[in-house]
Amino acid sequence: MDHLLNVTTGLSIVLIVMVLVSVRRAHIRVEYSVSWLIAASAMLVLSRARPVLDAVRRLIDLPDTPLTLFLLGGGVLLIMFFRFSVVISHLRDDNIALAQRVAILEYHLRSFRNREKQEA
Amino acid sequence: MTPAANPDSLLVIVPAFNEQDAIAGVVRSVLQHVPGVPVLVIDDCSADDTIPTARQAGAEVLALPHHLGLGGCVQAGYKLAYELGFEYVIRVDGDGQHDPRDIPRIFEKLKSSGCEMVIGSRFVAENGSRTGAVRSLGIRFFRLVLRPILGKAVHDPTSGFVGVNRRALGVFSRSFPLDYPEIEALVVLQRRRFRFEEVPCTMLPRTTGRSSITAFRSLYYIFHVLMGVFVNVLKFDSRLHRRPPGSGAGG
Repeated sequence: MDHLLNVTTGLSIVLIVMVLVSVRRAHIRVEYSVSWLIAASAMLVLSRARPVLDAVRRLIDLPDTPLTLFLLGGGVLLIMFFRFSVVISHLRDDNIALAQRVAILEYHLRSFRNREKQEA
Repeated sequence: MTPAANPDSLLVIVPAFNEQDAIAGVVRSVLQHVPGVPVLVIDDCSADDTIPTARQAGAEVLALPHHLGLGGCVQAGYKLAYELGFEYVIRVDGDGQHDPRDIPRIFEKLKSSGCEMVIGSRFVAENGSRTGAVRSLGIRFFRLVLRPILGKAVHDPTSGFVGVNRRALGVFSRSFPLDYPEIEALVVLQRRRFRFEEVPCTMLPRTTGRSSITAFRSLYYIFHVLMGVFVNVLKFDSRLHRRPPGSGAGG
């Protein structure tokens, strides 16, 4: 059990460092780093504060503590993946609308230039 | 192509992706069978010479800056047609499978029926068109699914040979399914209480390239479109279903 908690602590610290480095290098935007930092911090706290983890286990009525940690981690990841799916869907819609607008504007520009050539 | 002033103005749009071998024949055939009607090829960022070939054949080209897929490609054409003021738009696929001789029939039906969409159908009348076994099974399946949703039978729900009027054009300019759009587009129209008709059309065998629909993709297609249909059905817009003030109980 202690080994599992230590591994979780290690992974949480690695994740926090990775996110901070990525933010500093502008590989990830601040608004998208917040979710990861909150999730990693929560896992770090839970893995270091055994009484808190036990309280959560009793609250959701699970048989053992490692399962509680595993479920909490999985649940957080699922929520974050869903959130990112929503963000990606919005980005794709915006991207398509922009590409169509660029194509239409280029079409108008080309038509305008052709008309100018014919008039000249 | 100038903004349309004619109340019966028609634009033929041809979505195309890497169709350099077929596109010139399609454009010339459309210009031959519906002379005087502008043809707009929407190029979905082809890697080959689709754009210059289409221009040489006499078409205008709307060139997308990157690949959007069929739905995004067709919608770009609808948006431009709507902005230019066209009353009717007929879509012909760039692979040469749709016979441009059927365009006048679709156009006449659009004008005479007043319905928002006319589908060129392989199955309204026996015309020798053949489809593969998997696709045929998919079509039968979607006929069954769509029958209660649309309130009427649709014989060829996967046909891309469709004509729309300006009302449908306005809707599709704002909202159009992105992947495999044909079936979902019918549901989008139905949610706005628009009508559609089918006219018999011939589907020619593909002369160049090959279909991207494999057996695995057919299964994905069925699942994807089924999800899209139900998502569109669930998009209940109360404004469209509210009884107008003053209408009686039997309204």
